[in-house]
Amino acid sequence: MRPRSVDHLLELLADTPEVSVLAGGTDMMVEINLHGRRPGTVVPIGALEELRHWEHHTRLGTVTIGAAVPYADMETGELAELVPALAQAARTVGSPQIRATGTIGGNLGTCSPAGDILPVLGALDGVIHVRHRDHSRDVHLSDFMTGVKRNALRPGEFVHSVTVPVINGWQGYAKVGTRNAMVISTASACLVHDADRGHVALALGAVAPTIIRATQTEAWLSTRVDLRGSFRVSRETTEEFGRRAASETSPISDHRSTADYRRHAVSVLARRLLERSAA
Amino acid sequence: MTVSSDSLNESYRLNVNGSDREVNDAWVGESLLYVLRERLGLPGAKGACEQGECGSCTVIMDDRAVCSCLVMAASATESRILTVESLGEDGRLSDVQQAFLDAGGVQCGFCTPGFIVAVHHLLDRNPHPDDEEIKEALSGNICRCTGYGRILEAVKVVVRDRAPGGVA
Repeated sequence: MRPRSVDHLLELLADTPEVSVLAGGTDMMVEINLHGRRPGTVVPIGALEELRHWEHHTRLGTVTIGAAVPYADMETGELAELVPALAQAARTVGSPQIRATGTIGGNLGTCSPAGDILPVLGALDGVIHVRHRDHSRDVHLSDFMTGVKRNALRPGEFVHSVTVPVINGWQGYAKVGTRNAMVISTASACLVHDADRGHVALALGAVAPTIIRATQTEAWLSTRVDLRGSFRVSRETTEEFGRRAASETSPISDHRSTADYRRHAVSVLARRLLERSAA
Repeated sequence: MTVSSDSLNESYRLNVNGSDREVNDAWVGESLLYVLRERLGLPGAKGACEQGECGSCTVIMDDRAVCSCLVMAASATESRILTVESLGEDGRLSDVQQAFLDAGGVQCGFCTPGFIVAVHHLLDRNPHPDDEEIKEALSGNICRCTGYGRILEAVKVVVRDRAPGGVA
């Protein structure tokens, strides 16, 4: 069914909860083309204008991004200036063609632990706005992601948009893969320094069934360094930060990498991001 | 209009190269690439990886270069689609196509339509790209013959010729 509006979409989903919601299609079409997926009823949401916008709420200090906003729209411009880690992560997704099509809502719908946008939402404590015809609820990423490619959406619900805070301080995303373009993360990390609150958040991707926050490592850093405003760290501290972050992961060995290499990659990514944030 | 079920019962209209084209008795899971090639007689976009890795199926959709293998055709009814067939005028080659031939950027030719579309799209948005910008814009197109050097050269020739004082 082709929805004419978000309200119409919510009616369709409530009446026929078994339908597949199609965002950009860059994941679903691979499953159809190569893995024999036979979708029953498909509801495409990419043409709904309400979902293709993002908005800066200056008074609240937040940005709300519609589910059908493609990665390409996050890479440059005002959104990239407001949430630089999101722009960096978006630019690492697939190719320009994939980034023109794939969306933030699709990244959440698929919910792969290697999803590039997801560590950014984790480190920023982003809120996912879930809508149903009869209710709405706001879900944090840690509650939204329930396992490998599993999320907390219930029948009739869909991801409408995502809200992240605009934070004063350095933030960045980095990932390791086999090459620079067209690569799925072997391990990924997003670090956000909140200079006003004096806190560094570190979220890790592709090293556990879901995106994880290295909360013990974050707490350790807070006891070691005054993180209000700009800060400096010793090489010893950044290395220990990396080691501790790696110890909080539970990676697997698969066709993309070994668990040992993923742990090593996390230690390097976390160290480098902390160095950049302090520079 | 329904987009549903496992059977060949989809009927919809796509705007391709400026014309509204009817698609009848289609399956919902068909990609835009499949519909262009097999139902609308436009075989310019090539199918290879079917998973968005190679870029040989690149078309322009609403001013964005996309992999047509990853677009569900039945979801594209609101979009304006341009294929490689639309780029030359009156059956002549476009300047990008001619530059690829002249520079030796075409060998087996399978990836070429995707590259041609991606280069047109790049130069429409950015008439004076530097090498890094060209490489990033073409990072989603894979060529196993040329080693990319001649393709890069072809793009630079077009940039030069389109500039004031160039041959175009």
